[in-house]
Amino acid sequence: MSWPCVGEAGRTGDWRIGRPVLDPEKCIAAKKNRILCMQCWVFCPDNVITRTVPPTIDLEYCKGCGICAAVCPSQAIEMHPEHEHGASTEREDLSCGC
Amino acid sequence: MSMARLPSGRTFPVAVNTSSVAVITGNKAAAEAARLARVEVIAAYPITPQSGVVEALASYVEAGMLDAEFITVESEHSAMSVCIGSSIAGSRVFTATSANGLAYMSEQLSWVAGSRLPVVMGCANRAMSAPWNVLNDQQDSMSQRDHGWIQLYCRDNQEILDTFLQAFRLAETLSLPVMVCYDGFILSHTVMPVDVPSQEQVDSFLPPLAAQTILDIADPRNINPVTLANPRKNGNSVLCHGYMEFRYLMQQALDKALTAIVDVDKEYEEHFGRSCGGLTWSYALEDAEVALIAAGSLANEATVAADALREEGIAAGVLGIRSYRPFPDARVAQELKQARLAVVFDKSLTYGYGGPIYVDVQAALYRHKGTAEVHGYIGGLGGRDINAHQLSGAVQESLSWMKQEQAPKPINWLNLQL
Amino acid sequence: METPMTTNILNLPEKEYLLPGNRACAGCSVGIAFRHVTKALEGKAVLVVPASCFTVLCGMYPTSSVTLPVMNCAFPSTAASASGIAAALKKQGRTDITVVAVAGDGGTADIGIQALSGAAERNADILFICYDNEAYMNTGTQRSGLTPMGAYTTTTPSVGKLQFPKDIPAIMEAHGVSYIATASPGYPGDLYDKVYKARFMKGTRYIQINAPCPAGWGYPASDTVKMARKAVETGAFILFEIEGGHYRLTGHSLRLAGGKDRRPIAEYLSEQARYSRTDDDTIAMVQRRVDERWHAALKRHYSEKVEEDV
Repeated sequence: MSWPCVGEAGRTGDWRIGRPVLDPEKCIAAKKNRILCMQCWVFCPDNVITRTVPPTIDLEYCKGCGICAAVCPSQAIEMHPEHEHGASTEREDLSCGC
Repeated sequence: MSMARLPSGRTFPVAVNTSSVAVITGNKAAAEAARLARVEVIAAYPITPQSGVVEALASYVEAGMLDAEFITVESEHSAMSVCIGSSIAGSRVFTATSANGLAYMSEQLSWVAGSRLPVVMGCANRAMSAPWNVLNDQQDSMSQRDHGWIQLYCRDNQEILDTFLQAFRLAETLSLPVMVCYDGFILSHTVMPVDVPSQEQVDSFLPPLAAQTILDIADPRNINPVTLANPRKNGNSVLCHGYMEFRYLMQQALDKALTAIVDVDKEYEEHFGRSCGGLTWSYALEDAEVALIAAGSLANEATVAADALREEGIAAGVLGIRSYRPFPDARVAQELKQARLAVVFDKSLTYGYGGPIYVDVQAALYRHKGTAEVHGYIGGLGGRDINAHQLSGAVQESLSWMKQEQAPKPINWLNLQL
Repeated sequence: METPMTTNILNLPEKEYLLPGNRACAGCSVGIAFRHVTKALEGKAVLVVPASCFTVLCGMYPTSSVTLPVMNCAFPSTAASASGIAAALKKQGRTDITVVAVAGDGGTADIGIQALSGAAERNADILFICYDNEAYMNTGTQRSGLTPMGAYTTTTPSVGKLQFPKDIPAIMEAHGVSYIATASPGYPGDLYDKVYKARFMKGTRYIQINAPCPAGWGYPASDTVKMARKAVETGAFILFEIEGGHYRLTGHSLRLAGGKDRRPIAEYLSEQARYSRTDDDTIAMVQRRVDERWHAALKRHYSEKVEEDV
């Protein structure tokens, strides 16, 4: 039997080749300062985006799929190449990150 | 206190005022045991010669004599799947099958054992196909002996009822599944007197299942997930077992079963006045030079052969194998200490080698430095009848090989008609 | 029968049951779908999971990515294992959890179909959810009974699959189950509503979720939602429910029925590398089949329409 734990597959943020960056000036929720739109939150397969104003993205576990950028109606999220932000040199074993 | 007497001559006391003797088939005895054990979920699928068990249980449930969920599944694989689901959810479960049905659920037999679920199942032993044959031999259960189930063989219908009741206690104590094997048609369909205990008597021996509450929303767990070769850390950085450690623990439980089977049988005797012998039972073995060895009803027939051999001046006895898995090798070696010859009668083959009981007895003697010579016979396949005369004839043949210092073939066939 | 408004995504419950850092591929539609399935279940369920991608998503021993009880089971056995849990819970008088089987297309329509049929015939008290990524994706994209006509898989490598997929909702309908629905991760409100409704019903309920797979279908991970929507926009996947025998279209399929242009199938197939070698004749066959099924769906929807339906 296993017990629930964040990061079952390790630091899945290491999978990324592109990192989502949210621009609050384009984000509908941020501009209106209330919970609106939330398409990125709804469609993230990995539950790494918060339902907040503006939404935040947990880069520890974000796999960089780019769905959030693709569904955002105001193009507030852009995928930046991961190497621009410096590749992580930390190597985790298969242990859980929580 | 009256005494009931079985065809083999075995007698046992019957407390008439708290239980009753019924003249019933082996299948009915199995069903009675499941009813008395208050099983909660029954998975039912028909196959000759087991169908009588689930038919009887259906009538009990519909008559309100047994408060259980009766699930008529669409295959044996699903029968065991239902047992797995119900057992994990915390209910006492039961099913029965034979031959092809047992083979069909083979992957689930392994699943149950590996999950350490206390499932009890009846196997009305029947020949494996191809070709088709619905009659008795032990190939079915023998072919499934490696999964980790306890396998107990019954010599008569009384023992069927008794063994099932003991099986629930064993399974729930050890967290291991138990297969209760009995010869199809020979026992499943023939009637014998069986002392059926009262519900009160059984309740005092078999308490309700104390199941763990695994399915708990407040403490969710992932049950039977994928494991890896090596230990792996959990969310609290505690190193947890790899697959091999789980399998080791299962084997350990089967080792413990060697003692538990004896203990539970003793306790059963205290409650009900009858013993099944524990790991093995014996007949006229103490001073025997020749031991006839078999499992199930054939071992009963062997007692008649042993008597006949004694009349001819051969000191013969019988070692009945009750627990085949775990194999009681120390006990077997002990029981054969004084014997010169052990003649093993198997109603199955581990093809490409020899009779499974024969092979395991040989290994047991070798391991414990036993001195008896071991000969093996294969007979009774596909329901071919074996009588005491053929058994004693085989022993005579074995003895003559010994006298002539002839090495017997590893497989000798009883009543083969090529 | 009243047509309820589809739940707005802003009204979806916030609590999450799938934890970040799981083993699913980047862009996996199953993650999207099951975030909303588990929201609709409010965590009050036990998931019964056979060998499949979802097994891997749920995690390897000793860590789990799902904050619900999960019972892993043998591949053919999902509906039977789930039946067993349901029987035990009934015997124990427990009504606090829904038994939810979660199988892929193989575990539902091929190796799992016998157990599913048996459970449906017995009207076992389980909610069976099939997420259909249209091949045996967990083992590397081999063809299943639900792989579409013409699609490349590793076991149909030269000319693509030669047969149309099985129609499991129709098979479920033939078993007379009380609730059958299709849903899509592209339309989470519709998906949530169907699971929520099914959760409170008794007997066997069946929901089939279209599950686009970037790795197996051959499209960029970022396009999963686009692909899910395209499937519905072309009519390749139709959103409907059959409740007590009453059929109705839902969500975007209902909007399409109202006259919005249905997109040609080529718009959907051309985006997926698994169709890159599919010939035009096959694509035409697929279009014809999509058209036939769409028109049958429309016909059925309108013939069974009652006053309150939209």
